[in-house]
Order: sequence, then structure tokens, then C-alpha cells
Amino acid sequence: MGMTITEKILAAHAGLDTVGPGDLIQARVDMALANDITAPLAIKVFHEIGRDHVFDRDRVALVPDHFVPNKDILSAQQAKIIRDFSREYGIKYFFEVGEMGIEHVILPEKGIVIPGDLVIGADSHTCTYGALGAFSTGVGSTDLGVTMATGEIWLKVPPSIMVRYEGGLQPWVGGKDLILYLLGRIGVEGANYRALEFTGPVIETLSMDNRLTMANMAVEGGAKNGVFEPDDITASYMEGRSARTPVYYQSDGDAVYEKELILDAEQIMPQVAFPHSPDNVRPVSEATHIVPDQVFIGSCTNGRMEDLRLAASVLKGKRVAKGLRMIVIPGSQYIYKQSIQEGIIEAFLDSGATIGPPTCGPCLGGHMGVLAEGEKCVSTSNRNFIGRMGHPQSEVYLVNPAIAAATAVLGRIGTPDEI
Amino acid sequence: MNIKGKTWKFGDNIDTDVIIPARFLNLSDKSELAKHCFADLRPDFVKEVQEGDIIVGGNNFGCGSSREHAPLAIKESGIGAIIAKSYARIFYRNAFNIGLPILECQEAVDSITEHDKVSVDLATGEIVNKTTGKKFSAKPIPDFMRQIIQAGGLVEYIKNQ
Ligand code: SF4
Repeated sequence: MGMTITEKILAAHAGLDTVGPGDLIQARVDMALANDITAPLAIKVFHEIGRDHVFDRDRVALVPDHFVPNKDILSAQQAKIIRDFSREYGIKYFFEVGEMGIEHVILPEKGIVIPGDLVIGADSHTCTYGALGAFSTGVGSTDLGVTMATGEIWLKVPPSIMVRYEGGLQPWVGGKDLILYLLGRIGVEGANYRALEFTGPVIETLSMDNRLTMANMAVEGGAKNGVFEPDDITASYMEGRSARTPVYYQSDGDAVYEKELILDAEQIMPQVAFPHSPDNVRPVSEATHIVPDQVFIGSCTNGRMEDLRLAASVLKGKRVAKGLRMIVIPGSQYIYKQSIQEGIIEAFLDSGATIGPPTCGPCLGGHMGVLAEGEKCVSTSNRNFIGRMGHPQSEVYLVNPAIAAATAVLGRIGTPDEI
Repeated sequence: MNIKGKTWKFGDNIDTDVIIPARFLNLSDKSELAKHCFADLRPDFVKEVQEGDIIVGGNNFGCGSSREHAPLAIKESGIGAIIAKSYARIFYRNAFNIGLPILECQEAVDSITEHDKVSVDLATGEIVNKTTGKKFSAKPIPDFMRQIIQAGGLVEYIKNQ
């Protein structure tokens, strides 16, 4: 019997020929990741185990990204714990302010995660790397602390759901809309414990940045991982990024799926997820009455190069509507610099947007754009739970970067065609 | 391994904020956390719960954030096991990792009522409602996960190896 790409990666890392849904395996980990919120707890667990070294100092990534540059004294203490630990234990992939970015943006960008990898991260959006054809999933701090010590983790092999996107893309539709539409169909529990495997003609031509956006939000459906079969687009993305050799796993023709969903992309318009759940989606045409106080472009979902290029192309030569705040946060130091070179930052600044340093920022209500009571934010991030970006009585609407940029100009939710 | 106690019944989608409200997350001591378990939803819980008691929950138990404070608070309150229809994925992992046994059994959840006396055999997955005499079988907990629980959690398990 054939295996899915998820099963193949898990089998290979457990030293087995085959695995199937429900099997419990002990797997070797290629990369273990934590951030400034989860690493301090994981480090405590690591010390309890009493090892004097991490399993491989080239395979641990510690990225302070949530509250850095330090937003207050407590966050400064947290960031210091991981800085000190990284120095003492010789962690190769520790990123200081000035070279950093959002964990899920920089790990693919710097080639730290590659196709065929098994990646464990103490952050729920670790599933992002499925875009590269890797298996990656979020865990708690104990799991991560133990993995840092042993290089292994126990996993239950998930059943796979195949999601096939047929047809072609409507104008202004991107990976964000494809995943939001799916969440609207299956709900936030619809893929609990499952692997979501994205496929079909639409996916075959979808850029890597758009795939990363989709895999990133697999967890919003409860999925353990989201994954794409690596192809030519993956190969050209990987060119020159890593000294390690990627493994390109493909699902077998007779692999078994728990379910197959076929979605007609022609029917998918730009999507807006209304408060307070990412599955509460409507087409943009039903959201044009929403007048936000703030527009945020950034996050590990849509803070990448293509996202900023797209938003800037919509904004160029236009002004942000009076009374609206527009905040743009490039996902990494590299993206920031590249955006300066391409004139993207200038286009944002000329339009009246403000630019923040590469960090999670307002995505989780941390800093640099926290919402007041009753305020509305149109955001390119991934979650719009109650109080996610600030006051419990504030609201977040999730959209793609083109819609966010158009909204900033229009002063209400809308598409670039309306400008 | 056998666990015996009276049951505490909960509904669907019991999230980690209900289990341990966010305002208590500045605590990291287990026994301090346990004092606030279900503080808002069931203020009587921590006063009356006894060693070995069993939580019975509906679908998607432990949904929400990945905070380990939630299963820790439950375990330290004295709860010996959870029986639910299903669990959120990260809660499921976290519970085993800190040594809290959790089982899935739809029929048991539908049949058991609050404060029934129930016993659970972790090796076989057999659940017996002593109050009604009814028996149910949950999926047995796999060997190696039972070893984690017997060791007292993943950290102890790794240390023993
Ligand atoms: S950008 Fe937002 S979702 Fe992504 S890692 Fe940061 S806080 Fe989490």
C-alpha cells in the first residue's frame, strides 16, 4: 500500500519502511525551534533533564521575535534567558536584533529548514514549513525541551486529508484566500489531528510565498501539519539556500486519504475572516461596509517579499485614507532591506504608512499597533480571536495583502479595482 | 495501573483559558496553579476534588493555546484521569508529557453523570461505572505512553533511560 508524503517523511525519520495513520513513532528531528515566549520554559525543562549539551547545536533554532526589540522589562528578561542560553550552549541559529525576523519567515528564507525535514517547534505556526515539502508541527514547551536534549520526539502518524484546488485564480486572490475559503468550509476543528495535503492545478503554479501562507494557517483548522509536494517551484526556491541536501518526497499514487476535498478556485473570491474566528469567512463583496481604524500588513502569514510587493503596487501613488493608521512590518531583516532596494518602502512611506522593524508586533497584541476598545483592524495575519490584537472589545478582520492595501486607501474594506 | 474516583462532568470545547484563566499564568509553581483550576467555571472544584477523581469531558477538550499550565493545574488538583470524546491536539501531547492519563470514549462520556463512581484500567482501557454497573472500553493507552505516565511524565521518563 502506498504512502502519503507526510507518512513517508515520518517513516524515514523513525527508521521504518512504512507507517500508517494512528501509528506511534519515535522520530529523529532535523530542527527544533522556539521563540522568546516558549523557549524560557523549554530551557527550564532542558535543565531538569540535566544534559550538559543540546543534541546538536546546529539543529536548534532560537528566535526572539514576539516581543523584541524588548517591549518592557519582563520581555527583556525573557529575551535575555534565550540569549544567554544560546551563547552558553553554542546555538548556531540564534538571531539577535539586527539580523532577526519572524521565526517562520526566516527559517525557510535562510535555508535552515529544507524539503524532507522533520521540524518541531514550540509555536503553533511551525506548520508553515510544509510549504517546502517538510513535516513540521507545533508542540508544547516540555516536548521542545526534551527534543533539545535528545533530538527525538514521539509522534502519532496523522490521517491525511487531500485538498485539491481546481480551475484558475480570480483577480486579487492568493494563497491567503485559498486557505481562508477552506477554513470556512471545514471549520476550526475540521482537520483536528489531520495532515492537510494541498494539491491540484492551482497549487502546481502557486509561488512559494503563497504556499507558505497556506501551510501557515493549516493549524487554524486544527491540523497537525499542512504539506505540499515539492516540485520545480520548490527546487528553484531552494537554489543556493542550504548546504544540506534536500529530500523530495512525493505521495504515492495509491496512498490512502481519509477524505478528498475538491474546491473550484474559480468560485473563490478574495476572502475576509470576520471576528472572532478564522473560519468566519465571507467574500470581500460582503465586507465593504467595514471601516477599520488600522490596517496591518505583516506577520508570519503575509509579511514576505511577494506580499509587500503586491501591497506596494496597489498603494503606489495613492494616499492612506484620512483617519486610518497603516502599519507595515517586513517579516525579516532581508525583506526589509530588499524592500528598500526595490522602492517598496518608499512607496509605503509616501502613501502615509509607517514601517516597523521585523518582529511579530501587533499580530498577537504585543506591541507596535495594539488596538483600543471598540477599534477595528484589517490585518494580513492569521488569527482574529477575541482580544488577539489588543482590547477584548476590539475586532480583527483577516485578509490578503492586496485587499489590505486597497482597504487602507479606500478607508473601508474593498479591492484594488475600486480605487 | 488503576484509577478510581468520582467524576466531574464538563461539556464540549473546554478551553485552556477555562481550565486555568490567563491572569494566573504569572504563577509557575504547580500547586499554586492547581488552586485556580476551573476558577471561573466551577469555583467549587478545587474545594471538593479528591485524589483520584476523574474529569469527564465532551469534544475538543483542552482547545486554545499550547500552555502546559492547563494539564499541570488539573493534575496537581488531584485528578487521576480524564475521559473525553476528543482532545485538542497539543493538549493531548502536553497531558501525556506531564504524566496525566487521558482516554477517549464517546459512550462512557454519554452515559456517565456527575459524581458517579468510576474506575479506569489504563492497561486495558476498561472503564467501569460502579454507580450504574455499566462497562465501556476506551482505546487502551499504548505501552510507551503508559511508561511515560508511570514515570511521572516525559522529563522523568527521559531521565530514567
Ligand atoms: S507573526 Fe503572529 S502568528 Fe506568527 S509567530 Fe508571530 S505572533 Fe505568532
